Amino acid sequence: METTLAGHAMETLPHVTWLGVLIKAVIILAVISAIAGFGTFIERKVLAFMQRRLGPMHVGPFGLLQLAADGIKLFTKEDIVPQNANRFIFMIAPIITAATAFIALSAVPVFPDFTIPEFIPLLGGTFVPSIAADLNIGILFVLGMMAAGLYGPLLAGMSQANKWGIIGAARTAVQFLSYEVVTGLSILAPIMLVGSLSFVDFNDYQQGGIGSWLIWQQPVAFVLFLIAGFAETNRTPFDLLEHEAEVVSGYATEYSGMRWGMFFIGEYANMITVSIIAAVVFLGGYSVEGIGWLFIILKVAFFFFLMLWVRASWPHIRPDQLMWLCWKVLMPIALINILITAIVILL
Amino acid sequence: MYEIVAFYLFSVLTIGLFLVTVLSKNVLYAMTSLAAGMVLISGFFFILGADFLGVVQLVVYVGAIMALYSFAMMFFDATRDIKEKNTNPALVFILGGLSAFVLVLMFAAPIHSDAIVALYPMHDGIGNAQDVGMVLFTKYLIPFEVAALMLLVAMISGIILAGKKMDLSLTEDTSADDEIMTKKDEK
Repeated sequence: METTLAGHAMETLPHVTWLGVLIKAVIILAVISAIAGFGTFIERKVLAFMQRRLGPMHVGPFGLLQLAADGIKLFTKEDIVPQNANRFIFMIAPIITAATAFIALSAVPVFPDFTIPEFIPLLGGTFVPSIAADLNIGILFVLGMMAAGLYGPLLAGMSQANKWGIIGAARTAVQFLSYEVVTGLSILAPIMLVGSLSFVDFNDYQQGGIGSWLIWQQPVAFVLFLIAGFAETNRTPFDLLEHEAEVVSGYATEYSGMRWGMFFIGEYANMITVSIIAAVVFLGGYSVEGIGWLFIILKVAFFFFLMLWVRASWPHIRPDQLMWLCWKVLMPIALINILITAIVILL
Repeated sequence: MYEIVAFYLFSVLTIGLFLVTVLSKNVLYAMTSLAAGMVLISGFFFILGADFLGVVQLVVYVGAIMALYSFAMMFFDATRDIKEKNTNPALVFILGGLSAFVLVLMFAAPIHSDAIVALYPMHDGIGNAQDVGMVLFTKYLIPFEVAALMLLVAMISGIILAGKKMDLSLTEDTSADDEIMTKKDEK
């Protein structure tokens, strides 16, 4: 643990074996899937408390076993494919959402790195890295992969021969074309300050305590990124794709069972990814000494909670309002922010 | 070894997917295989060590093909096959074959040349993005600026074409509703 992460990415590479990456991938898949499941429970509880309800209470203590009940329900439900749907595309669409969400997670720092103790047979002594694939252009890769994730809702909506579905798919395209510009431009200003696209460099840049966090230098970019992040993960002010009150369930109308569940695992994994990006890029990230890892978990948890909080307090907006917001308000602000940042850097 | 395996895997997948794009009569299959093929092309950049270009390929084409999808959504029923109108298959075959042949010749020609050197080789130690930036802003500065200007022109003309009633909200615009009502009244 002491040799890595603080140093440049290049120094850590020789330690990383394919076995370590494989173990890391399994850990990410297992833990994030579990957190995604747990996230649904937390979401229902938090929403319930904010609306002065109790939320799930009947299954197990405080309704904790509701998770298991929901899981069993999802796994045992009949997997229905509508008669006129394009069968193949309909069936792979949820997999695209879930897979791209986890591919995006492969390039962000999740949990500290560690070496498996020697006394464990077969795997002993393997170094498990913090970032499964430590790319030099990590941020761009993660954003690109999360953008590719929107092909899931798009294909699902278009293939299911259902009018609500096609409206959901059209809204997916609208939403994607609106927020994508804001995401890229908002994160460009911090990238200019740090001069790198690697998460490790971002983390190193902010190691000087709270005062050196990028949020103080780039408050505008932080707010813009957060807004775009909500749109990217279909969270509430911008969850046009499945607005129950307007389009039944949008792209997910015809789905049942585990295929429907995979959309949700993908959405929650994306929420975690956006939280990690916000924490590493703007809020100082992790530190390798002592309990520094606890703090990034707290930061990620805060962003996760913020998403639920916003869902409890704000209404949906219409698609044209989203386009208006992204193109006419946020994009000019982001451009001005970049311009000011550039001038300050040059001076 | 990994590179060879990865290269052949990506090659087979990309060619297969683009074949589906060309040969399929279902717009959904064609679009999806186009998107998947474009994403897989970024794999070649990653194998070559050009991470930055690979990710740019990913980001740009994911967005671009998403826009194509929205056109497909407007013009076609995605769940049905499309009846293609081929008026002159022989001409299509000859022209398509010829242009494909010329392209293959053009891109395969450098195989027989020893004189190929990288004019702007990658530097160790500094990132991919910096290398691309250096070349863009030194050797290719004028094409870069011209491209930027062309995109600006395209954007302005797009706004002018689409923005005739920009000051009115689409949901508040009742002119279409009024038209329907008058037609109903006439009946």
